[in-house]
Amino acid sequence: MTDHTTEEPTRRDFIYIAAGGAAAIGGALTIWPFIHQMNPAADTLALGSIRKDISSLSVGQEITVMFRGGPVFIRRRSEAEIAEARAVELGTLRDDLARNANLPENAPAMDANRVLNPEYLIVTGICTHLGCVPVGNSSGDYGGWFCPCHGSHYDESARIRRGPAPENLPVPAYIFENDGAVVKLGATSEEVAAAGWSVA
Amino acid sequence: MSHQSAYEPKTGIEKWLDARLPIVRLGYDSFVDFPTPRNLNYWYTFGGILAVFLVIQILSGVVLAMHYVPHIDYAFDSVERIRRDVNYGWLIQGMHANGASFFFVAVYLHMFRGLFYGSYKAPREVLWIIGVVIYLLMMAAAFMGYVLPWGQMSYWGATVITNLVGALPVVGEGIKQWLWGDFAVGNATLNRFFSLHYLLPFLIAGLVILHIWALHVPGNNNPTGVEVKGKGDTLPFHPYYTVKDGFAIVVFLLIFAGFVFYLPNALGHADNSIEANPLVTPAHIVPEWYFLPFYAILRAVTFDFGPISAKLGGVLAMFGAIGVLFVLPWLDRSPVKSMRYRPIAKWCFLIFVIACLGLGWCGAENPDNLVFEFGGFGMPFVVLSQILTAYYFAYFLVILPVLAYVEKPKARPESIEASVLGSSPAAVPAE
Repeated sequence: MTDHTTEEPTRRDFIYIAAGGAAAIGGALTIWPFIHQMNPAADTLALGSIRKDISSLSVGQEITVMFRGGPVFIRRRSEAEIAEARAVELGTLRDDLARNANLPENAPAMDANRVLNPEYLIVTGICTHLGCVPVGNSSGDYGGWFCPCHGSHYDESARIRRGPAPENLPVPAYIFENDGAVVKLGATSEEVAAAGWSVA
Repeated sequence: MSHQSAYEPKTGIEKWLDARLPIVRLGYDSFVDFPTPRNLNYWYTFGGILAVFLVIQILSGVVLAMHYVPHIDYAFDSVERIRRDVNYGWLIQGMHANGASFFFVAVYLHMFRGLFYGSYKAPREVLWIIGVVIYLLMMAAAFMGYVLPWGQMSYWGATVITNLVGALPVVGEGIKQWLWGDFAVGNATLNRFFSLHYLLPFLIAGLVILHIWALHVPGNNNPTGVEVKGKGDTLPFHPYYTVKDGFAIVVFLLIFAGFVFYLPNALGHADNSIEANPLVTPAHIVPEWYFLPFYAILRAVTFDFGPISAKLGGVLAMFGAIGVLFVLPWLDRSPVKSMRYRPIAKWCFLIFVIACLGLGWCGAENPDNLVFEFGGFGMPFVVLSQILTAYYFAYFLVILPVLAYVEKPKARPESIEASVLGSSPAAVPAE
């Protein structure tokens, strides 16, 4: 290369920087499609919502529904279970947030913020520790769910009480239809807003 | 390569090719005439064994890919079909599944060999680091390969391990869905794991070439840790080490064949004979045996550490257990390579090996089970894993750095030749 002694940038300097810059930006823009292709595809995202008839559930019965590739627990709770879940002091909880997709993120974890109708508890059935499916039907030491993988105990409101899991089982966005006979999982934010969800 | 080429093309065609692409010369200089320390023992044969197993895995894997279907509805059945209906499928699938285990047996012995004889020290740091990268890629390939048969342990192992990423603050959830291509481990995940599982062995093969290159610049380390000084210290690679490696490879393959033919499922898990079911978690999720020590380290962190949750702490400890290997050449500053001449480090190394085996034992057990019970007092496995994890890290971060300064090494032989032929007494005196 020739030895430039001038202080002024030359036309060649400009071309170097412009070419280098274009190559760098072009390279970055080319990489993005190759990264983004691994994110959930449009048809996966469009799974949207499912409806489930829950009118045939008897008190104390629990069903598991497949939603977005994972389980959702729907439990019709007894009066005693509701009372027990409501009697828990907030201060004794491991995770004091409601983790409810229908409410603001800072909603506290009292049982009233975990349900739309206290009789039906609807939560995503994936342990917040490492993604196992907890065992239900009032198992564990707190009358709710127990995760056999690493020993997490959840209570009647599916809140984490003991074990390695850091968070309560999350509540998916849902509403009731047909006077409470049908639950719609994956409800839109407009539907949720009209369904009467509110922070207690 | 570091030594003078002794290749002399004799025939016309050899001369013609040598002037255009000296590939025969490269092979001759690397694997025939290459000067190799004359005192290498059988611990040094695992490099050759590993090369053989890489070839076995690639060949058997290419065949399996001809019959396997990477779709959640067909994957499990297609593997069963390979084992029952495809001609010799039982043999080739057995070789591939057991080959992974034997690959890891060999790599662990190869790594312990390097740790004992100080093969990671100058001038072989780059050689060591490439080796650790190969080991990481092997773990990734093995993990994704285990998911492909789509059994219960495949599915739940994938779920638990990919969920580890969720421990990362802020970005964890997004990266998890990016890895899955879905809201849970599903068909998109299986497809990409198949694609990457096919890719990784070829990356490993490329790194193996770099590994051998980085080996042939300084030459082999040896059990004395004393560098090659003269012609009397070495022997040509062929026939001396082609035959020695060949014998070790045959013995290792005999044991391998014993498993393939008589115990094809002994190293697997019975739950993987059940097709994956996203609604039923097996009672006890365990990884393949070669991941158990790291699984134990992951679960040993049961306490929050400042702003780091127990879950994130476990993930950091698990990756740190491999990460520490990258900086090992700069942690152990002792100028004496071989632990033959390091009276304290030798015992610390032995305890380290036992700790690794112990962590493997802990990884296979339920953390709340008791190691022993004695008059109402017992120790759960999680406590044992915590003790052994502490030793694992202390070995690298405390023991080796400190020993470099406080240990008094024994006298080393003057040269490799002297150590083999016993001609002269130690010329490098004890310090």
